[in-house]
Amino acid sequence: MGRITLDQVSKSFGEVEVIPPLDLTIDDGEFVVFVGPSGCGKSTLLRLIAGLEDVSSGEIRIDREPATHLPPSKRGLAMVFQSYALYPHMSVRKNIAFPMKMAGVPEDEQARKIADAATALNLTDYLDRRPGQLSGGQRQRVAIGRAIVREPAAFLFDEPLSNLDAALRVGMRLEISELHKRLATTMIYVTHDQVEAMTMADKIVVLRDGLIEQVGSPLDLYRAPRNLFVAGFIGSPRMNFVTGAGDRMGGAPTIGVRPEHIMASKESGPWKGTVGVSEHLGSDTFLHVHDTGLAETLTVRVGGEFDARHGDTVFLTPDDEKIHRFDADGSRIA
Amino acid sequence: MGRSVTTQRKAFNTLFAWGIGLLIFFPILWTILTSFKTEATAIADPPVIFFFDWTVENYVVVQERSNYLRFLWNSVIIAGGSTVLGIIIAVPAAWSMAFVPSRRTKDILLWMLSTKMLPAVGVLYPIYLIFIKLGILDTRIGLVVVMMFINLPIIVWMLYTYFREIPGEILEAARMDGASLRAEIIHVLTPMAIPGIASTVLLNFILAWNEAFWTLNLTAAKAAPLTAFIASYSSPEGLFYAKLSAASVMAIAPILVMGWFSQKQLVRGLTFGAVK
Repeated sequence: MGRITLDQVSKSFGEVEVIPPLDLTIDDGEFVVFVGPSGCGKSTLLRLIAGLEDVSSGEIRIDREPATHLPPSKRGLAMVFQSYALYPHMSVRKNIAFPMKMAGVPEDEQARKIADAATALNLTDYLDRRPGQLSGGQRQRVAIGRAIVREPAAFLFDEPLSNLDAALRVGMRLEISELHKRLATTMIYVTHDQVEAMTMADKIVVLRDGLIEQVGSPLDLYRAPRNLFVAGFIGSPRMNFVTGAGDRMGGAPTIGVRPEHIMASKESGPWKGTVGVSEHLGSDTFLHVHDTGLAETLTVRVGGEFDARHGDTVFLTPDDEKIHRFDADGSRIA
Repeated sequence: MGRSVTTQRKAFNTLFAWGIGLLIFFPILWTILTSFKTEATAIADPPVIFFFDWTVENYVVVQERSNYLRFLWNSVIIAGGSTVLGIIIAVPAAWSMAFVPSRRTKDILLWMLSTKMLPAVGVLYPIYLIFIKLGILDTRIGLVVVMMFINLPIIVWMLYTYFREIPGEILEAARMDGASLRAEIIHVLTPMAIPGIASTVLLNFILAWNEAFWTLNLTAAKAAPLTAFIASYSSPEGLFYAKLSAASVMAIAPILVMGWFSQKQLVRGLTFGAVK
């Protein structure tokens, strides 16, 4: 149905190789997220799969069929863009109908599918409006509706929530996850937001400079990041990197401790520091601790409320079981 | 206080704008008024502005003396033909420059524009000779081709600027939605580009209609458009201000009317890319 294989796929723009040859398999029905900082090649990789960019070398197969040289229109994939990319001169109904019109779907079937999609996406009242008359969230729903009616082999999402405000983003994130559960169709989702990656993905692909740094389930990446980059990228707040912590280093030049794996106390603990900023969220308190001699700032996440002010002395105790060790190259030491 | 100053300023600005507007319009107004005077009133000193015996005699004479409709028809053919031909050539050119630019696209655009900086008279002689050799001197087809080339840089630039405003992602979305190149052009590109194409057509039709240098130099009788019609009344001997004015009004009337009804499109065309 929607198994996508990349075999030694690479992409160069002129002299510049943005994606060195890489292999990747996306299984049918999987929700895969490409995540990485801007410029890491995640969108380019998605566009290669979509066929919007030509590969420089290598082979793409969709459902075991070679697709490397197929135009986008023949790959049977649907894409949702960051800018929504709706047709401004068409009503919502016509926007959603467009892929079916291209595929020559009979009119009555078109009408039925439009009605179904509109119901599922809460768009029934807006079918006769133009995209310009809709809010950002509604526009993104239309874009998703346009993708659904194609019944594609896979959905491709290119940072679809980046243009939405924070509250709406959380809502749409859930909607897309639910859509995936309901349709069980392969989805490839590009984002720079590691929270989106962690919450939505079955499998995360972390990219940097066109290279795949690690592939795994969200918890695999959280528990066992393969290198410093992945360790720093996955998890929020960011993992603390510590040098010079004596015996705890276990011989490694750098160790990593997540903020939630450090206990804070006002009385005692192996690490001592001064509170710089404390952020009180109610559910959690984030302490930014300076002057520990281990790192410029250590971030600590304390569950619930913790009474600490700027300038207070705190003692920190890392959970030794959950310390990550990295060698001089930044690779994980097992 | 603050408010009254604003009102005063507004009144001043309004008056100033009207003043400038009337100043620009004055020659046209004067031409229209003169066309309704007798030849004697037309050259009266001091000039008579409104209070004279209005007459349409000039229009009757002009129509009797020369075949207005033939000139009009030539103007329509030359302006219309060169615009249509230009659009047919410029649309694909502008598409490729806007959506599949190469490293040299900017240079090509600038080079095209630079041809407009050349004084037309500088190439009159070679073009005249080419026209004689090809036997297209004083033919409408010759004028259509020349006018098309004269305006092509502007047409390409306008379309290019307009196409650049169309987000590429929408075209990519059409491709993802299963549209072939043909379907993409018919169902997505063209409907979105129609306002821009319309503005370009209008503006270039007007430019070609008003162009006098080439039309006067490359035509004699058969293919002469309305510019030549006007020129034929500015004779070196005798004073025919009134008739010249009547001929001018008849020549500019069609384009003025057209311009009036398409103001919105024209303004859009002239301010391309300036505002989003």
